[in-house]
Amino acid sequence: MNTLSRRSFLKRGAGAAVGGLLPLSLVEVAFADKSRNFTFAYISDSHIQHIKGNKFVRNWDRGLIRAVAETNLMDPKPDFVMYGGDLAQLGTRAELDHGLDLLGALRPRTRFVMGEHDYYLDLGEYWSKLLGPQWYSFDHKGVHFVVLNSILTYDKWINKWSTPEERMNVMAGLDNPLGSPFMVGAAQRAWLKKDLAKVSKDTPVVVFSHSPLQKIYKGWNFWTEDAEQVQALLKPFKKVTVFYGHVHQIQYNQIGNISFYSAMATAWPWPYPGTYNQKPSHLPKLTVEMNRADPFFERDATGWQFIDVWSGRATVHYSLPENAPRTVAYNARTGRPEDTRYQNKRIPPQKHY
Amino acid sequence: MKRTTILLGALLLAAPATGDEFTEADLERWQAEFQAVVKRGREAFTDPKLGSNGVVCAQCHPNGANTHPETYPKFQKQLGRVAELWEMVNWCIQNPLEGEPLAADDPRMIALQAYINWERRGARLAPGKH
Repeated sequence: MNTLSRRSFLKRGAGAAVGGLLPLSLVEVAFADKSRNFTFAYISDSHIQHIKGNKFVRNWDRGLIRAVAETNLMDPKPDFVMYGGDLAQLGTRAELDHGLDLLGALRPRTRFVMGEHDYYLDLGEYWSKLLGPQWYSFDHKGVHFVVLNSILTYDKWINKWSTPEERMNVMAGLDNPLGSPFMVGAAQRAWLKKDLAKVSKDTPVVVFSHSPLQKIYKGWNFWTEDAEQVQALLKPFKKVTVFYGHVHQIQYNQIGNISFYSAMATAWPWPYPGTYNQKPSHLPKLTVEMNRADPFFERDATGWQFIDVWSGRATVHYSLPENAPRTVAYNARTGRPEDTRYQNKRIPPQKHY
Repeated sequence: MKRTTILLGALLLAAPATGDEFTEADLERWQAEFQAVVKRGREAFTDPKLGSNGVVCAQCHPNGANTHPETYPKFQKQLGRVAELWEMVNWCIQNPLEGEPLAADDPRMIALQAYINWERRGARLAPGKH
């Protein structure tokens, strides 16, 4: 361990200013070539919800405001911020504008992933006008980053509704049986294939999607219809990490060469799909579930992530304002992500029913 | 003895349908009544007008998950006493939904509980469980 490894993410003195209890995480930098290590922050699923006029749902606003404030206090500073999608609740201009206004306080550069709540009102038109392409790639310190729009669906479903609002409302209901499965789609897969063709197989690849690029539970769209086809395109690379939002809970998994990590929401947590006892689901067995949320604490089981990228692998620090933070790190010995504390020693609040 | 039995039998034959007999038609009707209330419960569970800020129950509780009706009544440390499910439903209406609480026998409250219990059918009763 070097001195960096002992330093907390947040300046304690400055931290006191945002209100007492702060989730402090130690940076664990375990690998030799320090110059290639870096940190980024990952905020997702704020679901900014417009009431009317200048009124928005206070609870969801507060989650995003807190994530932004603490990200600005991180030390060392993150190289950039990824926003994981679902900035808005019903895709309106008012919601996207207000959400971006709150995110405007972030000091590091912020990049965006499209979520279904941002998309299904105007099919991403206003979002794209403000934020640019819905899928793209970039390189940073030797890592190839790819952002996908994984929440597309069948044209037939898109065109069957009488109004855009009706379509948005149906897709916004996580458990609405009239919804439709998410997908990356053929056009974007062709783009991805071409984009990856120029990347060396030794280059670490990090992919961001909104929905999981793995199949967990179709009923709540913890699911991407063409997940296997996207995984196949990533298969030739030695080190692949996929980050996704949408699920509002801690999940992690290893499928072949691909490590998966989810993001918590800043808005509200979701139950694990296994708690719905009428349908089977497939939460990764590897995942140690997050603590059951205490409804009396507004921010409980919501949070955001600070991620160390070392030697092309990731350590994810899940910051839970009302709970002990969680750290899930790639274990080079076992070849999979593991919770550094709870992997083999679960506590009662991690049992869900 | 024999005479008494015959008399009783005659009385039974003469009597209208008795209280503890019901038919397929009854069963269908009762089930339809219940399902109609479950449906109204789902409507309330997804109704932006239940509270004041447009937030709906299903936003945090897809398919009524994580409401665990089978664990009520149970001790709620934040209330300092044993509470029933409807009291927690009202807590949610007042806090995340920023709305006005419903009376325990309000038809919407009964419908909400019917829906929640229907989504959780099959779970073993576990009163007091945390």
